[in-house]
Amino acid sequence: MSDLVKLTVEGREVEVPKGTMVLEAAKLAGILIPHYCYHPSLPVAGVCRMCLVEIEKQPKLAASCATPVAEGMVVKVQTAPAREARQAVLEFLLINHPLDCPICDQAGECELQDYVFQEGRSATRYDEYAKRFNPVEEFGDDVLYVPNRCILCTRCVRFMEHVAEEAVLNVSERGDRAYIGIDDGHRLNHPWAGNVVDLCPVGSLISKDFLHKARAWDLDKTPSVCTGCTQGCNVTLETRDNTVLRVRPRTNERINRHFICDEGRLGYPWMNRADRLEAPMVRQDGRLVATDWDRAFAAAAKLVGSARSRVALVSPGASNEALAGVAALLNKLEGTGAFRVREGAEAPLAGVPNLALRKERAPNVHGALAVGMSRDWAGVAGRAAGAGLVIALDESLEGVALGSAGLLYLGTVLSDPARAHAAVVLPCCNAAEEEGSFTNRDGIVQPYWQAKAAPGMARPAAWVLSEIAERALAGAAA
Amino acid sequence: MGYPHPPHPKETPVLSKHFGEADARTYGGWVQRGGYKALEQALGMTREQVVDAVKASGLRGRGGAGFPTGLKWSFMPKEVTKPHYLCCNADESEPGTFKDREIMRWTPHALIEGCAIAAYAIGAETTYIYIRGEFTDPWRVMETALAEAYAKGVVGPNAMGKGKRIDMHLHRGAGAYICGEETAMMNSIEGKRGNPRIKPPFPAQSGLFGCPTTINNVETLAAVPHILVNGADWYKAMCLGNPKSTGTKLLSVCGTIARPGNYELTLGFPLKDLLYDLAGGPLRGRRFKAVIPGGSSVPILTAEEADGTVLDYEGCVAAGSMLGSGGVIVMDDSVDMVYQTMRLAAFYAHESCAQCTQCREGTAWTTKILQRILAGQGQARDLDLLLDLADQMTGKTICVLSDSCAAPVVSAIKKFRPEFERYLTNGRRSA
Repeated sequence: MSDLVKLTVEGREVEVPKGTMVLEAAKLAGILIPHYCYHPSLPVAGVCRMCLVEIEKQPKLAASCATPVAEGMVVKVQTAPAREARQAVLEFLLINHPLDCPICDQAGECELQDYVFQEGRSATRYDEYAKRFNPVEEFGDDVLYVPNRCILCTRCVRFMEHVAEEAVLNVSERGDRAYIGIDDGHRLNHPWAGNVVDLCPVGSLISKDFLHKARAWDLDKTPSVCTGCTQGCNVTLETRDNTVLRVRPRTNERINRHFICDEGRLGYPWMNRADRLEAPMVRQDGRLVATDWDRAFAAAAKLVGSARSRVALVSPGASNEALAGVAALLNKLEGTGAFRVREGAEAPLAGVPNLALRKERAPNVHGALAVGMSRDWAGVAGRAAGAGLVIALDESLEGVALGSAGLLYLGTVLSDPARAHAAVVLPCCNAAEEEGSFTNRDGIVQPYWQAKAAPGMARPAAWVLSEIAERALAGAAA
Repeated sequence: MGYPHPPHPKETPVLSKHFGEADARTYGGWVQRGGYKALEQALGMTREQVVDAVKASGLRGRGGAGFPTGLKWSFMPKEVTKPHYLCCNADESEPGTFKDREIMRWTPHALIEGCAIAAYAIGAETTYIYIRGEFTDPWRVMETALAEAYAKGVVGPNAMGKGKRIDMHLHRGAGAYICGEETAMMNSIEGKRGNPRIKPPFPAQSGLFGCPTTINNVETLAAVPHILVNGADWYKAMCLGNPKSTGTKLLSVCGTIARPGNYELTLGFPLKDLLYDLAGGPLRGRRFKAVIPGGSSVPILTAEEADGTVLDYEGCVAAGSMLGSGGVIVMDDSVDMVYQTMRLAAFYAHESCAQCTQCREGTAWTTKILQRILAGQGQARDLDLLLDLADQMTGKTICVLSDSCAAPVVSAIKKFRPEFERYLTNGRRSA
């Protein structure tokens, strides 16, 4: 193909599309050129000068983030002049950096630490001159700015200007007095503002929510999918001691690039709820009594087997697998299932096509529809009172008239209607505690993995439902 | 600001011929002095003919870089598919330089005429004249002159009645040296922070508002009418040295010298003659010690080196410096080189736009080291450290501001090392 360009990076030949920058081409060749201001989802600034490399036949070192590839180009990253230039940049960056790593949230995932460790000098020559000092500022409800740590890469400024398209951040002052400023009378409360915290290569922009909660190296990271809306942004759940402490975006160029919205970022505390169902329960003499799984399954199977008309009320936050399990219990008797979705204001990220916090605030609306669940909540819930059996999957049943129907309740917490009506209660895992998949609004099915252990005897709803189906089937055959 | 001195016989007054004549500021007075003939002539020529005439004259950019003007104009696309722009760089902020100020103060119509010709030659309908914010007097003069030029139909929708639209706007800077850098100037005109842009794309491809743009210095543009009226050969013949440096150049002489001021010289003129004959030599009882020939950004020359320097682009380079903007800063033996070097570095530290790491941190660090040396607390390794920092600040950033900070520091340490060492060994020197 003629629009491919062949070049050599550190002796490795690589072929990339015309117009690619050297830094990206080097990535494809398996070489990471150190950089700060460059970010694949932001316009090129070329200001940190960290990505300087030597290019054969060019008199000066070139900023690889701003240099397009050319046919036959020979790029050298680890030559003495390039190394010395990057070492100098690191020394320059450190002269006003407080080196307060022991109390900095970024420590352990700080690009300044990493590159200084990799390429920097072991000691500074800055001696005892005073460092620049500015007090910490609160930019927004969740974002703090620690100007002393700032290396002025301007990623945050460019994100707000070109991606969020709400240019409230700026570079104020000049020379070594410069800092990131926020426009008078404005706050950094854009629905996607939290991304500046991830974009910041150092600990200058930090999340108040995560402030001093954990050291980065103590966190376990699990790939997951955001449960906040139907967009299906890819996220990483970061846990420590079985607790989700932070949610961060996971790159997916097709769905969310490098970003998630603040609602998805900060909405995780429900995953850590302490008031969870921890054991199966069956109703005896009008009271729910804890039992073991075998007895609970037996009771559930009996309940399912004896009911002629069945209704399922499910959560659009349940996994495809669990929803299919409910559907399987319904299909046999041609029952009906429905779900309801909490709604909120849609909040698009202006600079990225087809990316928004969606109106429907649940991850698996399209998965529920795919297994045949209906949006006709009122119609189906209205039939619950007259049905033989109501199966509730992670649905509180708030406001549903249950009448004398038998209620099989699968959930993470015990809602009041369930406490009053359920014949059998089965404790289930939440999305952070199981493996499963969600189908996003564009029909893309995305898996998520278990990030923490479930409390007590709680089990994944899909497994619970398959057990019930198996026993109910056996009961019917006998 | 006073009236300029009468021209010295060794001067070649072309641009400065009418300096000091209040009448030359008016449209009528300017026309009486032969003004706007060149524009009329240019509008009767093709674009290419105008560019060729300027090319043939050998005129080079007077802002500092010395790039051939006609060649620069010829980079503009021939086909006008997007609007073309001309920017006149009147953000004269280089320490030691004050020539554009005088051109605007005394001969505003010369600049307007030069801009109009250049705009026509590059196919631009709109010109921005970016005037340094501190230039209150030149601003007022230019404003009056431009209003008059519009009223007389010299510029506007039908410039000189020849059916060409040539619009001109004055844009006032807000006091940033960096806005004299051409891409920073374009950002500033666009209403953005005046940060230099990465090149390429060069302004001729994508400049102001993303459109093809040419940026020329005031002195360059003011010379253009003379070239058209008197011919390229006449201009080319004004040359005392290297044939690549033609025409006249205003040199702003300042510092510890008897007669500071602007002197217009034919290129190739000996620096020694400028210093001793025209500008009157050192103050009584003093000797020259150092000369910066081209504004604060170029390497410093010792008095001995200056004596042998020829004032043209090549001559200054041969002497180890640059002609730059023509701001001749003279220092005699009473001047403390360490202090002067610190002052220069402090200027660049103050004016760094803060984009590039080397410049933002390096200029300030350099200043701090020099200040500490001056305070008598310097350390033996400080000079090597300064040279090392200067090396890392040269050729590694988006624009040349950090290079401009490094050049005088390196040359001062190289050429006046004993002065620095005296501070290091003796501590603070008594005043």
